[in-house]
Amino acid sequence: MLGFLTRRLIATIPVMAIVAVLVFAMLRLTPGDPASIIAGASATSADVAGIREKLGLDRPIVAQFAIWIGNVLTGNFGESFYFKRTVASLVADRIEPTLALATLTMLWSIAVAVPLGVIAAYKQGTWVDRVVMGFSVLGFSVPVFVIGYALIYVFAIELAWLPVQGYQSLREGFWGFLQRLILPSLTLSVIYIALVARITRTSVLEVLGEDYIRTARAKGLPRTTVLMRHALRNAAVPIVTVIGIGVGLLIGGVVVTESVFSIPGLGRLTVDAVLARDYPTVQAVILLFSVVYVLLNLLVDVAYTFLDPRIRI
Amino acid sequence: METDAALRGSGFAEGDGDPRGIVDPIRARAPAIGALRRLRRSPIVVAGTAILALMALIGVAAPLLTSIDPAAINPAFRNQLPGAVETVRNDDGTRSQRRHWLGTDSLGRDVQSRVVYGARTSLAVGALVALVSVAIGLAIGLFAGYVRWADAIVMRVMDGLMAIPAILLAIAVVSLSSAGIVAVVLAIVVPEVPRVVRLVRAVVLSVREEPYVEAAVAAGTPGPTIVVRHILPNTVPPLIVQATYIAASAILIEAILSFLGVGIPPETPTWGNIMAEGRTLFRVYPHTILVPGVLLALTILSINLLGDGLRDTLDPRMRKRL
Repeated sequence: MLGFLTRRLIATIPVMAIVAVLVFAMLRLTPGDPASIIAGASATSADVAGIREKLGLDRPIVAQFAIWIGNVLTGNFGESFYFKRTVASLVADRIEPTLALATLTMLWSIAVAVPLGVIAAYKQGTWVDRVVMGFSVLGFSVPVFVIGYALIYVFAIELAWLPVQGYQSLREGFWGFLQRLILPSLTLSVIYIALVARITRTSVLEVLGEDYIRTARAKGLPRTTVLMRHALRNAAVPIVTVIGIGVGLLIGGVVVTESVFSIPGLGRLTVDAVLARDYPTVQAVILLFSVVYVLLNLLVDVAYTFLDPRIRI
Repeated sequence: METDAALRGSGFAEGDGDPRGIVDPIRARAPAIGALRRLRRSPIVVAGTAILALMALIGVAAPLLTSIDPAAINPAFRNQLPGAVETVRNDDGTRSQRRHWLGTDSLGRDVQSRVVYGARTSLAVGALVALVSVAIGLAIGLFAGYVRWADAIVMRVMDGLMAIPAILLAIAVVSLSSAGIVAVVLAIVVPEVPRVVRLVRAVVLSVREEPYVEAAVAAGTPGPTIVVRHILPNTVPPLIVQATYIAASAILIEAILSFLGVGIPPETPTWGNIMAEGRTLFRVYPHTILVPGVLLALTILSINLLGDGLRDTLDPRMRKRL
């Protein structure tokens, strides 16, 4: 068990190292000299030289990478060109809305998608199955922001049940917080539910043909027990894998959803930073999202060992 | 009737042998013709192709569907409701009227003509990204799969690229250069390439052990010839399927980038930037978002349906992978 975990943890190191090199190289590829961008238009050449030296931009590229990676590992992402403050504090301010939106969406999407997929598999070929699969194909095809605006139009403008846009921190009251997250979370969940329901259906369907399912049925176990304990448990590995991979989609969706609903989170920050060509912020956000993505998938690997003891070896 | 339809939908039930036990000589000799026949019989594929063809027709026939320049700005006739009639003065001094079926945007541009011309951009981006990603991914994948020492290095780089969520990577790449169609295509290609590489490499690794490849090696066939003549053809069916899905996802990502304002600038109308333009006045004029949004969703849906149909006929093994 411990050996498996250690191996998996070690395997993520080269992936993260490659991500770091790619993200670092990205800043080096940008047109223009970062030092003169930071210094601003009215800076003298001595100012620019000073900044260049301070940031280590006059060193060889390998040394620069070493300095940068050392800083990143200690939580120092540098100074934002555009917001004129440290990137670390900027990111820290924006984490709450994104975390709230993503966590809420993930939790309830899985709670909805897995049962939907199981039912669709059990009722294969019936209208229930067709509705779930139809929704799934549609969910992959309708862009996140179209869903967002359609929901705003119906629930916030026509029916006026929920606020159109904005975010309220959890500290200012739970209802206001939740109320503003309902539509964004619904918007974001569509593609995730589509993905998870589809893979659940496929993998449960595969398991339902196995001998042990027939045995369980033959011995008179209730349908739910057969489906939940015998079928779902054995179909769990691909489902959990896709839940992990789907986080990538979810992160992309967060960027769009936050823009549609004016939520001041990391996704909105990414877009603002790209529009302002604020590369240190772009680097930090991409690195952060990628680390989260990789770590969540590591967690998925750990989950395998609980779901399927055969993988532990 | 019911079972008949189910058989047809399942893809591999037909084609390889006739249920009546008669072997169709044409089908047996030319699998491509058999695949085409099966494709034609799938209602989903037919529906997908029909919608896609309609969108392509809208794009191609754009100048016939509207006489108004999609980029022409008219400050005197801004934010008009659908169906608004504008009186224009012609060069010879006479006056004529023209109708803006979908109204005008906040710069006075005709929304209908932007939507119609937007079809061109979306489809062009989808096709370009699919072609370029497949070409690059195929080259890298063949190389990594066949040249053993390169495999580990190439695949680690691909893993790194895939660890960055696709839309974020596209946004980052697009931020490196000035906005435009080329930058957007490139930005979408970068996250798609690793997926193609993985697919091609998997095919190469499995085919490499086949007896006919070993026979070619034993006969002294040079490596590049083996790759091109014996391995490459095996990658074609899954690549056609993959390219279809890539086109759908490219159209989606282009729309997202343009919607966020980091994609194609508004001089070239795309469904994404029409919607971006419609954001500010969404409460009053929801159609500027909903009309291109529905067209976009329909286009992506049709390509995905086509992809599902192609997958079922060309590559039944892939059915298990989502």
